[in-house]
Amino acid sequence: MFRNQYDTDVTTWSPAGRLFQVEYAMEAVKQGSAAIGLRSKTHVVLGCVNKANSELTSHQKKIFKVDDHIGVAIAGLTADGRVLSRYMRSECINYGFTYESPLPVGRLVVQLADKAQVCTQRSWKRPYGVGLLVGGLDESGAHLYYNCPSGNYFEYQAFAIGSRSQAAKTYLERRFNSFMDSSRDDLIKDALLAIRETLQGETLKSSICTVAVVGAGEAFHVLDNETVQKLIDAFEIAGGEEAPADAPDTAAEEGGTADQGAAAAADQGAAADQGAAADQGAATDEGVAPMEI
Amino acid sequence: MESNQAKNSLLSSHDNIQRTQYPYVTGTSVVALKYKDGILMASDMGGSYGSTLRYKSVERLKPIGKHSLLGASGELSDFQEILRYLDELILYDNMWDDGNSLGPKEVHNYLTRVMYNRRNKFDPLWNTLVLGGVKKGQKYLGMVSMIGVNFEDDHVATGFGNHLARPILRDEWREDLTFEEGVKLLEKCMRVLLYRDRSAVNKLQIAKITEEGVTISQPYSLKTFWGFSAFQNPTVGAEGSW
Repeated sequence: MFRNQYDTDVTTWSPAGRLFQVEYAMEAVKQGSAAIGLRSKTHVVLGCVNKANSELTSHQKKIFKVDDHIGVAIAGLTADGRVLSRYMRSECINYGFTYESPLPVGRLVVQLADKAQVCTQRSWKRPYGVGLLVGGLDESGAHLYYNCPSGNYFEYQAFAIGSRSQAAKTYLERRFNSFMDSSRDDLIKDALLAIRETLQGETLKSSICTVAVVGAGEAFHVLDNETVQKLIDAFEIAGGEEAPADAPDTAAEEGGTADQGAAAAADQGAAADQGAAADQGAATDEGVAPMEI
Repeated sequence: MESNQAKNSLLSSHDNIQRTQYPYVTGTSVVALKYKDGILMASDMGGSYGSTLRYKSVERLKPIGKHSLLGASGELSDFQEILRYLDELILYDNMWDDGNSLGPKEVHNYLTRVMYNRRNKFDPLWNTLVLGGVKKGQKYLGMVSMIGVNFEDDHVATGFGNHLARPILRDEWREDLTFEEGVKLLEKCMRVLLYRDRSAVNKLQIAKITEEGVTISQPYSLKTFWGFSAFQNPTVGAEGSW
């Protein structure tokens, strides 16, 4: 992107029909650290890379619980993300008070998108510099949405945003066909592997990533460090042993892995490349203890 | 004068200064119960003007959206106001056009909020409402009063129905009544109300709501029996006295 005479105001169109300020805001999302989301019929998993600036500080919070049935992972200007999370929590609570029923995810996402659109059409405002992966459950099932600073939103089977998210997207594109029927544990495993892809060779450990789950009968919550580390060890990262929690699930997963075609992800048109499988094959049931919160 | 008005405005809504209302045209009891396939609700078609049975074709049962049925007793103009509120609510719900829709539980809670808020402003909607419906196989039946008291149950009634119909229902209601059994039970309750509630009229409607939708029957009358021997020669024990 280069500077030009049409990029000062969000309310100025370029001759090519672009709003540069909005595009620059989307650039801010690409600079933030990675966040990924994936969903099955019954669960949604959100994950993000959480690297603290120095050893002295704690890392920034990028995953927020919005309600028992909705959570959000952000990438970009985390302050903007925090403010939008507060808005989402407020909307959920108000709806719950009036109707004693959880706010459908699809409606929350539209409200969020409309809020973002306002900032693209006022000369005294600026677009929110944050991309949001909204994951939640409602009557019609599990949903994952991506909300853009432009005010657009899309529903996804799996998605990744932020820096080096392309690597995660490539991984997800290879495997997304199996997600709908995945078990909860397999979904988490895929999330961890997708996060690992963005680390470019660095070891995956629970101190630099955060994972959150929401599912049928399971309120949205962030998995604590200990649980995540146990999962990382059980699933094993740098191409070592395997053993996800349940044997039947691995069998299903193996079947899935065997026939991965060059399927495009729900959003991308780009062809996926097969590459060396980052996922493990043989099933050795370690009998890992079921996840508890 | 002015100071009275100022005092009152602290206690009530700004434009119409009211403390208590009096109902003018009222409907009497509504009775409802859960049955196998959904909810059955009955009410008569009377609109009383004080002690005069003035209007005899008032529909007090109305469908709301796809999944709910509302029955009201009390001030009829307030009922019409509530129908307007719900109209708007359902309209906005439909405008989302997203496959989600407000079910009976949501409508019931919305009504509770409205009724309770009005009560807090000392400007109540003078109604007791019965809200029933089915959504995704789940049957729901609830009640809200003019002061915001609300609850759910397997059978509910308003006004006199609480005193005359509920005891019958407590004895004879059971899970999974068939449609015919439910109607018979409701008619039994309505007949007692007809005999004993002075504001009841003998013209009623029964509505049913199931997963498929709402059906409200055509108005009809109940058979009554007045041939009791005690009604022959009522003054036989005390001739000449009034």
